[in-house]
Amino acid sequence: MAKPSFIYVTYIKTTPEKLWMALTDPALMKQYWFGMHQRAEWKAGAPWQLVFPDGRIADTGEVVEVDPPKRLVIKWRNEWKPELKAEGYSRCTMEIIQAGEIVRLTIIHEIDKPDSKLIEAVSGGWPKVLASLKSLLETGAALSGIDQLGKA
Amino acid sequence: MDAVFKALADPSRRELLDRLRADNGQTLGELCARLAMTRQAVSKHLALLEEANLVATVRRGREKLHYLNPVPIHDIAERWIGKFERSRLQALSDMKQALEKRDG
Repeated sequence: MAKPSFIYVTYIKTTPEKLWMALTDPALMKQYWFGMHQRAEWKAGAPWQLVFPDGRIADTGEVVEVDPPKRLVIKWRNEWKPELKAEGYSRCTMEIIQAGEIVRLTIIHEIDKPDSKLIEAVSGGWPKVLASLKSLLETGAALSGIDQLGKA
Repeated sequence: MDAVFKALADPSRRELLDRLRADNGQTLGELCARLAMTRQAVSKHLALLEEANLVATVRRGREKLHYLNPVPIHDIAERWIGKFERSRLQALSDMKQALEKRDG
């Protein structure tokens, strides 16, 4: 892969196990991820989908690496915007590192393509998703309004 | 959040963030080449920015790449900007940009 387009890091007061669960459990995901959820059997090589609140498929791909509760890698392609789908597969790495009482979550989303529109599209969404995820794990409530954003 | 404001209080560090915003994923060497600061000063500023989580780094081979991490700034916006105000603020910001562009 070329150099990553972005890296997002957030620190959350939780445990790696709880964060892992939030990243992989559809019911929890729906609370902080614009009402969307990932559909996958969490093992390497399994098909992966990101599903809109209304059931349409936003993105598809494949689970590349699963190492609970530390590392998750997904091959990720857009399905609903032709110009983004044409860019092919990106790669999303989620990394969890415990740092004392808190947990560091790193998201790296990359693609072998300069000025990728897919990366541009997902880069805007990640900080919102991460803020809402942090709020959910630390206070028990996701951020309000986050469910509105996926309705495109 | 104190670390974020402390890190942002320095113009050299804001300049470093601007450089990363323009071209994300630079090495220390690349950042130094375009700035009138010693390598030591840049390195120190970057360490402070990383401590505040405003800069995230990743190793690729022998290189350490620096990235602007907008998450803490987003958290600040989330805390003080209500969801109902956002569209009006965006409209104001768009207008300011359009007007300033025309004058420049």
